[in-house]
Amino acid sequence: MCFEAKRLYRLALGPVLMLLAMVSAGAWAADGERSTVNMSPGVTEVGQTIFDLHMIILWICVIIGVLVFGVMFYSIIYHRKSRGVTPATFHESTTVEIAWTVVPFIILIAMAVPATKTLIDIYNFDDAEMDIMVTGYQWKWKYEYLNDAGENVQFFSSLSTPQSEILNAEAKGEHYLLEVDEPVVIPVNTKVRFLMTANDVIHSWWVPELAVKKDAIPGFINETWTLATEEGIYRGQCAELCGKDHGFMPIVVNVVSKEEYAEWLAGKQAEAAKIKELMAQTFSLEELVERGKGVYERSCLACHGANGEGGVGTAIAGSAIANGDMQGHLDVVANGVAGTAMQAFGGQLNDVDLAAVVTYQRNAFGNNMGDMAQPIDVYNFKNGQ
Amino acid sequence: MGAHHGPAKGLGRWLFTTNHKDIGTMYLWFSFAMFILGGAFAMIIRAELFQPGMQLVEPGFFNQMTTMHGLVMVFGAIMPAFVGLANWMIPMMIGAPDMALPRMNNWSFWILPPAFLILASTLLMEGGAPGFGWTFYAPLSTTYAPPSVTVFIFSIHVLGLSSIMGSINIIATVMNMRAPGMTYMKMPLFVWTWLITAFLLVAVMPVLAGCVTMMLMDIHFGTSFFSAAGGGDPVLFQHVFWFFGHPEVYIIILPAFGVVSQIIPAFSRKPLFGYDSMVYATASIAFLSFIVWAHHMYTVGMPVAGELYFMYATMLIAVPTGVKVFNWVSTMWRGAMSFETPMLFSLGFLVLFTIGGFTGLMLSIAPSDFQYHDSYFVVAHFHYVMVAGAVFSMTAAVYYWLPKWCGKMYNETMGKTHFWISFIGFNLTFFPQHFVGLAGMPRRIPDYALQFADFNMMSSVGAFIYGSSQILFLYNVIATIVSGKPTSEEKTWDGAEGLEWTVPTPAPYHTFETPPAVR
Ligand code: HEC
Ligand SMILES: [Cu+2]
Repeated sequence: MCFEAKRLYRLALGPVLMLLAMVSAGAWAADGERSTVNMSPGVTEVGQTIFDLHMIILWICVIIGVLVFGVMFYSIIYHRKSRGVTPATFHESTTVEIAWTVVPFIILIAMAVPATKTLIDIYNFDDAEMDIMVTGYQWKWKYEYLNDAGENVQFFSSLSTPQSEILNAEAKGEHYLLEVDEPVVIPVNTKVRFLMTANDVIHSWWVPELAVKKDAIPGFINETWTLATEEGIYRGQCAELCGKDHGFMPIVVNVVSKEEYAEWLAGKQAEAAKIKELMAQTFSLEELVERGKGVYERSCLACHGANGEGGVGTAIAGSAIANGDMQGHLDVVANGVAGTAMQAFGGQLNDVDLAAVVTYQRNAFGNNMGDMAQPIDVYNFKNGQ
Repeated sequence: MGAHHGPAKGLGRWLFTTNHKDIGTMYLWFSFAMFILGGAFAMIIRAELFQPGMQLVEPGFFNQMTTMHGLVMVFGAIMPAFVGLANWMIPMMIGAPDMALPRMNNWSFWILPPAFLILASTLLMEGGAPGFGWTFYAPLSTTYAPPSVTVFIFSIHVLGLSSIMGSINIIATVMNMRAPGMTYMKMPLFVWTWLITAFLLVAVMPVLAGCVTMMLMDIHFGTSFFSAAGGGDPVLFQHVFWFFGHPEVYIIILPAFGVVSQIIPAFSRKPLFGYDSMVYATASIAFLSFIVWAHHMYTVGMPVAGELYFMYATMLIAVPTGVKVFNWVSTMWRGAMSFETPMLFSLGFLVLFTIGGFTGLMLSIAPSDFQYHDSYFVVAHFHYVMVAGAVFSMTAAVYYWLPKWCGKMYNETMGKTHFWISFIGFNLTFFPQHFVGLAGMPRRIPDYALQFADFNMMSSVGAFIYGSSQILFLYNVIATIVSGKPTSEEKTWDGAEGLEWTVPTPAPYHTFETPPAVR
């Protein structure tokens, strides 16, 4: 008896451990806002339906699991040789075979119906009130607000967690790896359509609470949409392996009231106008180097290293190009190097930033050219090609 | 049977052997070596993920580790392990003296180690090893790949060749060399599942070869199969890859089904329930595996009709898979069970594979998959089917047939300990990954946000436990071979059925030189 109980205990240990894990998981889920153990229904209707589908199928699996494992453990306990049982000899039954083919089939059909409905909903792109073009880059996102009236607003959004936190030199902040320099802003209660593409390799734009995951594929445009019903900050990440810094290209979406959104958009447009103005100005070497340092750290450091020592990209310190002809340098940065990870920054950086970063590279990391590129030089270079 | 001759002596025995048992043994040892290598890569991955922040490796190297881990485990550990098992067991199970094409058999093994040597050498190459994942999606694996990709392509070609030769051999053996009276519907299920697997392999390995050849053309010969800039399509890559890749996962799991279908009846002391339906279920799974590939691609932007079709077809797989699980449980029902190590691993398989099947069913629901896809939920799912499925059943197979192979008995206590440590370590590793995946952690990232920290640490601890339990396994096997208790019982297990249990123990170098009579 005691021996039997011990065996029983040992056999039950595995499932019990697992159940414990599940239960404790459920308890944690109760007090946090966004569950750390389960899918989030998020702040969209689609997200809620997806969540419901997920829970239904989960419960179906749990019930079937309890039945199957129940039968299994019953035989493990009662139909064991050590109890002196004689084994039965039956080995087929057409009736039960048919039953357990047909019953699951019916359950599947019952599951397929709501799934189909949800999928068709997700594929309904009609009546979008605004469009945002999302472009994946190694390793950042570009957002472009497409509107008929006036200038498009566009900007890049990249990881803002400092390298020192990643390398454990500093304590990690609350939104470690899920924070960006410039979040994408959308209005609440508005159907926003996202057009997805990529500049280099395949990326995937995933924000769990907006119930959106769509691949951004170079040369193709995918569409998807969301309709957030609650204001807030929602965070996500690139979901498709896209190279070295795949883990470091987060997404932050700021859902704000319609008024706030209008204000934000007007601000962005004014900013764009200001850049236009700056492009007509002439800067001193110091100004350019200072601005260029910021640009370098945001856009180039990942590949060329904090001290220009290189990495995925070639070294800038002592580089023949950064210490050579200005036109050649501008060419590499504006047009990239085909077939390598060096992208064309001509379309990514405005003329001021491009002039600044080139100037910086020529006058930093021990490079000492003393010359500089003005925004107008970049403008002329681009238009002279 | 006077003309017996034993194995040749020395290294030549292994280099030139055409004996199915020798070749099987080499396959098994090779796959175990690869299992340890792939496991070492996994340990590096889990060590880096032990805590948030980058501690041990560079992100680029981390990607190389995930890539090499996947490639080595799939192509180097699991597949060759089952081929080794097929080599040892199929002739003995169908009453054949050897494989039908013994010289090709020698070749299909011996091109394998060089292929993996070449693949492993990429780790030392300039630019590093492939870091684009075992699924190597273009253009990350073409335009943006390190130079070592060309070497990778070559090694894929070679190991594809090896698989195709191995499969042709198995097909030829099963179709032509069965003992008189061994009709198809009398074949042990392990033979059946391997026959079907071999057909899958012959069908899809050339597709993989085509896929990597297109990459090679894109990289070196100016074509644009996978580059939109030249009129190609990166999504085409995924269609071609998964047309190979989906059947591939069944290539891995079907022989595992075969193994547990041998072991569960043996330790239940009761015939397998629903033999015929097992055969039909295996065949339907194989058929369905060809028409569901794009369920790995729900987020690439297929038209809704395509999406629906792939969802329905994928859900259907649950039916034959369910039939199998129900049959195994019914086999145990009213049996007289005992729980030696092979049975424990088979039961571990049954429980955990079923959980993996459940998550698979969840993943098939396209709208929900938009949230699951490329998250740790998927990582948890496929490790439940690949590790707890394929690897557990393989381990069960080794314990089950080891006494027959070497005429010595392994240490049962150590075997059981191995099982329990594996079982606990495995679940500790992969169960929490369901949680972090659902909570939003993408796969293939070297560092993660703070809310995922606890479960990742748990996962890493589990992985170290599971990993180190394999040392116990290795020790147990070696100790058995070197100094195990000799046994000469023909039937090691009183409930075991099949021709392999009618030959002497240890199985002589040549078996069934005259065909047995099959009732
Ligand atoms: C995704 C990685 C990546 C990023 C980001 C990147 N580069 Fe590069 N860069 C490269 C690679 C790779 C090369 C080498 C190309 C080749 O093989 O010729 C390169 C080469 C260069 C060179 C030529 C150096 C030489 O001597 O060959 C310059 C100049 C340069 N990059 C400037 C920049 C600037 C400025 C930025 C930021 C605005 C930047 N790069 C961002 C990858 C990158
Ligand atoms: Cu990405």
